[in-house]
Amino acid sequence: MKEISLHILDLMQNSIEAGASWILLEVNENEDGFLTFSITDNGRGMSETMLKKIRDPFVTTRFTRKVGMGVSFVEMTTKQSGGNLIVKSKLGEGTFLKASYLREHLDRPPLGDIVNTIKVFLVTNLKLHFVMHYYVGKAKFTFDSKNVKKFLGENIDFSYPEVYSWLDEYLRQEINEVRKAGGQK
Amino acid sequence: MKSLEDLKVLREKLQADIRVRENDGTKIIIGMGTCGIAAGAREVMTAVLDELAVRKLKNVQVQQTGCIGMCEKEVLLDVVRPGEPRITYGNVKPTDVKRIIADHVINGHIIEDLVIGKMDGGEI
Repeated sequence: MKEISLHILDLMQNSIEAGASWILLEVNENEDGFLTFSITDNGRGMSETMLKKIRDPFVTTRFTRKVGMGVSFVEMTTKQSGGNLIVKSKLGEGTFLKASYLREHLDRPPLGDIVNTIKVFLVTNLKLHFVMHYYVGKAKFTFDSKNVKKFLGENIDFSYPEVYSWLDEYLRQEINEVRKAGGQK
Repeated sequence: MKSLEDLKVLREKLQADIRVRENDGTKIIIGMGTCGIAAGAREVMTAVLDELAVRKLKNVQVQQTGCIGMCEKEVLLDVVRPGEPRITYGNVKPTDVKRIIADHVINGHIIEDLVIGKMDGGEI
């Protein structure tokens, strides 16, 4: 994967395939010198045995289609850039996953187009309750798809061109604000 | 500046579209497994969304699907038109999207040089 944002998209797809109806995405462009993201979902979760296997690409891809190469890819890119990947999961409750990358590491992939990731993800998962906390240091922006629904009403969703165009511009604007507030350009 | 308040205006504006959308079955389906994403599925989907927005095509549903086992042909993009076979395009690039939408989605002409599969029945 060329961008961390693509890993995020891939891992959120895992949550969907695990039956999640709610996903919390947290991104921090600068958490004490690390670029971090975490995904928490209320999907079906994994057993202890499965949890031990998901980092192995060969065991897992054949074992089930729910989690595959994606997790091992993420772990590889985090480790190459002085970070790590934490995965916690409980069967029937959900999964939590947090990836950290040393910000200034030469091998750290760029964050990439996070807005595109979110837009594409929301347009294809219309029923999902998606919450995002976007941080740069302590500066924070929160996006909650429930709030959007409240303004739009029940019968209009992200699949309308006018709505996803709005989403694109709105997220870019708000994330730029957080970057300014958090001291990033 | 964009704000959540803008959505109230959109809500009014879009009421008229709701019924139109329910009557069509045109779909674009993009493979968004790990293989698809690594091959550029997000950019293809963005190109699709941009093109639909520019052309104001309101009746086309955009969906995603997981890995279907043809990873080497990703990005895979399927077009389904009501009553017609489901057509699968392979190795799709963002630059192919305009053509797929204009020729196939709108005008019903299959782009033979990009096709890798055809499935009768159309219904998924």
